Amino acid sequence: MENNIFHLQYAIDTFYFLVMGALVMWMAAGFSMLEAGLVRSKNTTEILTKNVVLFAIACTMYMIVGYDIMYEGGMFLKDIMFEGAKDSDAMVAAALADSAKNGFGGDSVYSNASDFFFQVVFVATAMSIVSGAVAERMKLWSFMVFAVVMTAVIYPLEGSWTWGGQSVFGMFKLSELFPVLDTAGKQVMEGGEAQWIGFTDFAGSGIVHMAGAAAALAGVLVLGARKGKYTKEGKVNAIQGANLPLATLGTFILWMGWFGFNGGSVLKLGDIASANSVAMVFLNTNAAAAGGVIAAIIVARILFGKADLTMALNGALAGLVAITAGPDTPTALAATIIGAIGGMLVVFSIVTLDKMKIDDPVGAISVHGVVGLWGVMAVPFTNDGTGFAAQFIGAATIFFWVFIASFITWFVIKMIMGVRVSEEEEYEGLDIGECGMEAYPEFVNK
Amino acid sequence: MKLVTAIIKPFKLDDVREALSEIGVQGITVTEVKGFGRQKGHTELYRGAEYVVDFLPKVKIEAAVSSDLLDQVLDAITKSAHTGKIGDGKIFVYALEQAIRIRTGESGQEAL
Repeated sequence: MENNIFHLQYAIDTFYFLVMGALVMWMAAGFSMLEAGLVRSKNTTEILTKNVVLFAIACTMYMIVGYDIMYEGGMFLKDIMFEGAKDSDAMVAAALADSAKNGFGGDSVYSNASDFFFQVVFVATAMSIVSGAVAERMKLWSFMVFAVVMTAVIYPLEGSWTWGGQSVFGMFKLSELFPVLDTAGKQVMEGGEAQWIGFTDFAGSGIVHMAGAAAALAGVLVLGARKGKYTKEGKVNAIQGANLPLATLGTFILWMGWFGFNGGSVLKLGDIASANSVAMVFLNTNAAAAGGVIAAIIVARILFGKADLTMALNGALAGLVAITAGPDTPTALAATIIGAIGGMLVVFSIVTLDKMKIDDPVGAISVHGVVGLWGVMAVPFTNDGTGFAAQFIGAATIFFWVFIASFITWFVIKMIMGVRVSEEEEYEGLDIGECGMEAYPEFVNK
Repeated sequence: MKLVTAIIKPFKLDDVREALSEIGVQGITVTEVKGFGRQKGHTELYRGAEYVVDFLPKVKIEAAVSSDLLDQVLDAITKSAHTGKIGDGKIFVYALEQAIRIRTGESGQEAL
């Protein structure tokens, strides 16, 4: 009878993981719509092409080598077949043994294939962040080459240092940064294990979002701004997005997908404590997004005099990014405040980056990078398992690795094949130049 | 006979049409136009960056009226199109040499 309950728990935890993963997969649609809405109509087909192909590249490269680097799942996932057992019967027996060892309320036991599925959609999310920032001027195929390197090596390596628990180039472990000391100044031992204060990032404000933004920032610096965005006199010109209904739909899709992103990161549903935790994470994720919208629209109204919809949309995403590092510990009110601070930050950050001539058409660097850092640094307010120093070291490690590795990659791509389309192609639109088709041909050809 | 051309705010069109009907103006021609006057368009903000709207949408009304109705027409348009804010528009008056109703061939005052 007990085995049957373990069977069921395994099934429900695996099912939960798969459904949460499918929700995260849908975020790819959200990014596509958001980006398609915030670029000009002459670049719509190209940005959609980028979004669908980068998703496919991320899934394939992570399967080939990324998952092995991050979680030692073997090249081509060979080590997750039968979960290390020699056949499917042995696999069932091994899972039951693990369940018995962990106990009903202990760490979850679930299908390794579901783990890969849940992880791979996160890689695609990190890569999606890059595409919006470099929109409207980057060569399609240069972007694809970067996507291969990012999803095969750059992201999986920092993932291995954080969620994977490996040491950073054999030097130090982000999970063991400062020893937990008792009153006598001796390291606390619990159950024979030394206790550490380390970097904590629940669902990836830093590991996924800030990492994507760091790669995007490196790309934008190598690429330069869109033509006409900044004048010689230093004035910032507005380049309006073509379709705000699509941008709004994209934001709502991302908001929905985020329930999977954070909700799935609890990793277990199958007992009362875990189910409560998943529910709380859903609630806090939603609360933070709401806080982000309210803060961003108020700040935009004060700064610009009118209600800027695009800022409200960025505010929602900022709230979501901010809560992602720790959606399990805050109260609903605290989550709303964490999201609201993210929503405030994002408006100031977008205006500031524009003043620095860092051209980011969709605000990805601000939403995912600046607010991602805020999310990581906000964790210690509600979670005493970590500290500000540990969070900062973790964030800095991720940022510098991803930024430097990306910068070098972009630079090499620039040397070999170039990263930027010609001035004429940029003017005509990348849809015709890169894809040979318009997104809305009937408006143009008739 | 006079030709009265008025450039007005689009949302005031219904008010102006009503005011002109009341004083007996038989017909008007309306065109959607764009332009600028002393205010030189205006600026808006998109994500904190300014952009200029050079030409603002306006409505142009043309009415051919008999000379003795002119003062009433000008008064009706001025009152009905007035908001007191910048961009209310302008009225131009031209001398009208001839008018012909195509269907009947009537001309002059008869054709208005």
